[in-house]
Amino acid sequence: MFAYLVRRLLATIPVMGVVALFVFSLLYIAPGDPAAVIAGDFATPEQIAAIHKKLGLDEPFLVRFGHWLWAVLHGDLGISIFTNLPVTQLIGQRVEPTLALTLTTLVVTIVFAVPLGVIAAWKAGTWVDRLVMIVAVAGFSLPAFVLAYLLILAFSIKLDLLPVQGYVSFRDGFLPFIEHLILPSITLGLVYGALIARFTRASMLEVLSQDYIRTAQAKGLANDQVLLRHALKNAAVPIATVIGIGVALLISGVIVTETVFAIPGIGRLTVDAILRRDYPIIQGVVLLFSAAYVLVNLLVDVSYTLLDPRVRY
Amino acid sequence: MASIKRGLPRLAAATVLAALLAAPTHAQTSGKTIKFVPQSDLRVLDPIWTTAYITRNYGYMVYDTLFALDEHLHPQPQMVGSYKVSDDKLTYTFTLRDHLKFTDGMPVRSADCIASLERWMKRDALGQAMALAVGEMKATDDRTFSIVLKKPFPLLLDAIGKLSSNVPFIMPERIAKTDANTQITDPTGSGPFKFLKDEWVPGSKAVFVKNPDYVPRSEPPSWAAGGKVVKVDRVEWDVIPDSATAAAALNAGEVDWWEQFPPDLVPMLRRNQDVVVADTDPLGSVGVARFNSLLPPFNNVKMRQALLYILDQTDIMTSVAGDPENWKACYSVYTCGTPMASDAGAAPLMGKRDPAKAKALIKEAGYNGERIVLMTATDQPSINAQANVIADEMRAVGLNVDLQAMDWGTLVNRRASKAPLDKGGWNMFFTWFGGADMLNPSLNFPLNANGEKGWFGWASDDKLVALRAQWMEASDFATQKKIAAEMQEEAFTSVPYIPTGQFVMPTAFRKNLKGVVPAPVVFLWNVSKE
Repeated sequence: MFAYLVRRLLATIPVMGVVALFVFSLLYIAPGDPAAVIAGDFATPEQIAAIHKKLGLDEPFLVRFGHWLWAVLHGDLGISIFTNLPVTQLIGQRVEPTLALTLTTLVVTIVFAVPLGVIAAWKAGTWVDRLVMIVAVAGFSLPAFVLAYLLILAFSIKLDLLPVQGYVSFRDGFLPFIEHLILPSITLGLVYGALIARFTRASMLEVLSQDYIRTAQAKGLANDQVLLRHALKNAAVPIATVIGIGVALLISGVIVTETVFAIPGIGRLTVDAILRRDYPIIQGVVLLFSAAYVLVNLLVDVSYTLLDPRVRY
Repeated sequence: MASIKRGLPRLAAATVLAALLAAPTHAQTSGKTIKFVPQSDLRVLDPIWTTAYITRNYGYMVYDTLFALDEHLHPQPQMVGSYKVSDDKLTYTFTLRDHLKFTDGMPVRSADCIASLERWMKRDALGQAMALAVGEMKATDDRTFSIVLKKPFPLLLDAIGKLSSNVPFIMPERIAKTDANTQITDPTGSGPFKFLKDEWVPGSKAVFVKNPDYVPRSEPPSWAAGGKVVKVDRVEWDVIPDSATAAAALNAGEVDWWEQFPPDLVPMLRRNQDVVVADTDPLGSVGVARFNSLLPPFNNVKMRQALLYILDQTDIMTSVAGDPENWKACYSVYTCGTPMASDAGAAPLMGKRDPAKAKALIKEAGYNGERIVLMTATDQPSINAQANVIADEMRAVGLNVDLQAMDWGTLVNRRASKAPLDKGGWNMFFTWFGGADMLNPSLNFPLNANGEKGWFGWASDDKLVALRAQWMEASDFATQKKIAAEMQEEAFTSVPYIPTGQFVMPTAFRKNLKGVVPAPVVFLWNVSKE
């Protein structure tokens, strides 16, 4: 197992290298010049050219990539073109809100979506099943920003129960921390939850039709034991896979959710950096997201050994 | 199934607990803190390096100026306590007020002022014009310094009291000595607020606290001049990128003041009796349709003139600002309602639109259906609205318009290109300027038609350049007014750009904010929270 983990971790290095090269190349060929954005509307072409040169943007591709890669290998993601602050510092400022939002969403979604999928499968063909699937389809279909506005209107404006926007660190109090995460988590979690619920249902339906389930029922086991110990455990591997794959949904969803709820997370940092062509931030954030995605998938692979004793690495 | 049933009461209990946790404590902000939603995000801390309005506004928080413009458009002493001008108008001697101090505890000295002006003169257009007239700047002592001119420069006080970007803010000498093309990041100033850099989260939050060492002038505030009395302990700029969310946050009392918002949200905000929707900017903003004078077909003046007869400011401004109370037609290259504005030479742009005349000019220009590339920034609603209406009006007279949508970051890069259309070139783009930046010929940037050395579009008109120089040397108002009118007539003949109207972006704040200073720039001093 340990050797497997080491191999997988080592395998991420070339993956990250390819991602780095790909991102750097894309940004290099993308239109836009941060010097022009920085200088403002009144700047003359000469002033923009001076800033362009000062920022080293006139250097050849390979020179720029070489400088950047060398710095990254030394743990330095560079300096933001606009703020002159280290990218690591900017990402550091933004990690907590994004992590809090995604983890809350992940936990809440799994806690609700998996049981809903199990119930839908157990009651397949009944009104319960149809209700769960209607909610799931609605979750897929409803754009996150529409749901966000509806939630704000209902819970913040009309009922005055929850804040409209913003983020409060858990260090400043658990109550406001949770308050500020409820609506964003629901918004972010709906699509993800719909995916997991539908997949859980499908996976459970397949397992529930197996002979060993009929045998378990024939032995007189209680329904919950059949469902949770026999069926869900066997359906868990594909469900865990979907949970892992769905993290990509969360990462992309975080951008919209953080924008609508004005949460100062990495999603907003990314959008702002793209709009301003703040290349070092874009490169740093994409590397971070790639690393997170690779890590999550590694964790999912490891979870197979816990869910299914037949799996060995 | 039994375990599921057992779980349901727990779930219900958890839901109730969540509802209890969500007590409505969120709608209140602390008594002496103003939560302010700025027009955009503060990214750059150097108001000399960039002309971005958000950085200019930040500059007014943390720095002070030697002179400042008042509501009568007169530069008034601000950091300067007294000054005198020699009889030959070639030597200006300034004495600083008592007790001026930077936030690092050091006193403001003449050397700081000279270094700050020197750096500003390298970046700002009016500063560069001033630099041509300046012989030397010398300190007599720590509080007195002189500017000695080689030739008269009647605009000197207007220049050092310039209201909008780039504002000649005074910084410590050690910072002001930084190369003008290198961004400074040290926020040490001597203004009414102190910037808390440690709490700065670019893209999200900027925090200012009252500068306890700031000594305001005794006069009442008047635009950037007068007493800058800070009446709160702390100001937080909270960036809320989504308009609907910002409106909801203001309605809920989570924020106190929203600097600028889309006019279509005015009715919704007006319905809330705890919110004041106001127009505090007496100058508003001015729309600009800019030609690329290097490329066909707009390298032909007749084509530029043709558009004067079809652009309809009413249509354009209705699209930009909606309700007529948010905009007005302005047939002047200077901000309407200010001394230099007039309708001299503006007849082609005024009154009923004349497509027949436009078509005749287009025909005279020899236009033969060539593609005309218009660039629009879809992330800038005021720009995109102008572009869409104007594209439609151009198509109506048979022009082959290719309206290309992009984001602002791409547009500002592409507009620097002088290449032909098939290599990424362009024919027109649209933008807007704060009214304070279009007050007169010295400030109006697009009017400075000095060809390829000039602003994007590279309009070339020697007569405009000569008149501008004359205006800057004019020493009395009547002469300035006359030259400004001549320039406008010439501008509506050579058409370096077309003004598309004047509009205001409304501001909204909670009713318990008192003392908001009406001005073209949002100032946070004099505002109390009750």
